[in-house]
Amino acid sequence: MEKNEILRVIDLKKYFPLKVGFFKSIFSKEIPVVRAVDGISFNIKHREIFGLAGESGCGKTTTGRAVIRLIEPTSGKVYFKGIDLVKLPESEMRKMRRKLQIIFQDPYESLNPRMSIYDIVSEPLRIQHALDTEEEIYNRVVEVMETMGLTPAEEFLYRFPHELSGGQRQRVAIARAFVLEPEFIVADEPVSMLDASIRTEVSKLIKTLVDKMHVSFLYITHDIALARYMCDRLAIMYLGKIVEMGKTEQLIKKPLHPYTEALINAVPVPDPELKRGEVVIKGEVPSPVAPPPGCRFHPRCPYAKEKCRKQEPELIEIRNERYVACHFPLED
Amino acid sequence: MELLKVENLKVYYWTLRGYVKAVDNISFTLEKGDAMGLAGESGCGKTTAMLAILRLLPNNATVQGKIYFEGENLLEMDMERFRKEIRWKKISTIFQGAMNALHPAMKIGDQIAEGIMLHENVSREEALERAGKLLDLLGVGSQRIDRYPHELSGGLKQRVMIAMSLACSPDLVIADEPTTALDVIIQAQVLNVMKELQRKLNLSMIVVSHDLSVIAETCNKVAIMYAGEIVEYGDIVSIYKKSLHPYTQKLISAFPSIKGAKSELESIPGFPPDLIAPPPGCRFHPRCPYAKEKCRKENPPLIEARKGHMVKCHLYGG
Repeated sequence: MEKNEILRVIDLKKYFPLKVGFFKSIFSKEIPVVRAVDGISFNIKHREIFGLAGESGCGKTTTGRAVIRLIEPTSGKVYFKGIDLVKLPESEMRKMRRKLQIIFQDPYESLNPRMSIYDIVSEPLRIQHALDTEEEIYNRVVEVMETMGLTPAEEFLYRFPHELSGGQRQRVAIARAFVLEPEFIVADEPVSMLDASIRTEVSKLIKTLVDKMHVSFLYITHDIALARYMCDRLAIMYLGKIVEMGKTEQLIKKPLHPYTEALINAVPVPDPELKRGEVVIKGEVPSPVAPPPGCRFHPRCPYAKEKCRKQEPELIEIRNERYVACHFPLED
Repeated sequence: MELLKVENLKVYYWTLRGYVKAVDNISFTLEKGDAMGLAGESGCGKTTAMLAILRLLPNNATVQGKIYFEGENLLEMDMERFRKEIRWKKISTIFQGAMNALHPAMKIGDQIAEGIMLHENVSREEALERAGKLLDLLGVGSQRIDRYPHELSGGLKQRVMIAMSLACSPDLVIADEPTTALDVIIQAQVLNVMKELQRKLNLSMIVVSHDLSVIAETCNKVAIMYAGEIVEYGDIVSIYKKSLHPYTQKLISAFPSIKGAKSELESIPGFPPDLIAPPPGCRFHPRCPYAKEKCRKENPPLIEARKGHMVKCHLYGG
């Protein structure tokens, strides 16, 4: 484990068994599985925002949840500051959760509508018995809420989620995640439900927290244009695999994997005079139950050759911190 | 030629807390062949405005103003006639979220044919044949005519929705967030289809969206809405490149772009007002960095600041 890293994921897999009929479950040897995450490895450094981007169903959310064991990984290792979380017994894991938090996508669903903001934000402190007196809890809640821009905090404490706007709710969700002073946060599309003008404010807040609260982020998003502003490094997922990984700006400027290129070309540009690139790939993402043999992208890849149909490419480092899983990476 | 002219349209929803002024005095015109974007954030009234044109508003809405379509005021038209002659036949719509807008237990061909048979005196065979042609046109393929919605992917379902809206060769199609639920690659494919149709059929369109990049790609005109009002309106390049209203300027720079230099993203402090009691004067003044005394008192008129470029702000004119 390198000195500078907070999290290292090695060959993480998560398979979900499919529901099959009674007879099939008895007579067939193999129960079909959805390979949501199929062997991915990456590391996250201290105070880094590491982005994980891809289309729906590529496994990015599953990865985020498996990393902090909100769902149990099928196999693989997740080292958090040198400790393998996957092997940790439940009681130890519970203690560890103080350091590992998550911000969910939808602030309309992630906050209990029957709890006041004070109860919502203080709940993690109570569950973890982190502070002793009610006064300490109160002070911590006020402090963390004001850090998240909910000022004055007293004005919000005894309100309920339905009385707040979307942006304020997401700030409450962020405050809840930060109240235990975690070191690592999974942010699962934290701003995708917010309007444009609010989105920027919350995104900026998240960026400032890296230095202010000394945290690292796994930032899950489908919005590559936004990832460009948020993430230090970016990994692109396709059908449960990372196809490309590198410094965000380099990856967006010069994609090496044909899928990354297509994804970037497909992003509409908010400028009527600039035209986005042509999207050359056709069709849609195949089923993760039976991913295509060889390179998973080959049926849609405009450059696919014989080798791509047979042999699955490994994710290799072709330059410093630049990884790509392709037999014939695009020339740069 | 003027196809649609909206004059001083107001839509208020009655609620127990008072009237919600969802759309408050908006006017715009749409020429034949125009594609106009109606942009704004949640709750700015863009969907309400669209529903008013289609006369699909719920019962607690009161509508004032005039909506002229080919010279006739739609709001005064007899409902029966509107249903027979205008809705779907002349003005159709692509609803948001194709996943929920299609009938789950009906074959897609039948769903498209249903609209045709209701409005035109044709046999089922003929209607189905036309449905098949539309599916070919949209790239779904007429061989899928007997499929059910659950057998299709999200992108294909959205194309079926578009095919449906074109079933009676309408003059105007109103698309409400046509690609919002789709992934980027599928979105790009659907946007390409929409642009191609515009060219091939010389279709007039209104695209309602919160996403300025989708509008940049499909429209030649745009109206920016804020708190129930149109604050800026005109040619798309003029608005995106030389926007005048502080809200438009901020909104455009709040959108991250994957192209060009990486610039700082703008944010707008505060949040949109409560439309039951909107702020006096200019509705944007509590969030506006340039707000003056006048802005707090007087609601600015929509004036033509440049040729074909309307703006509703005290900073300009007078």
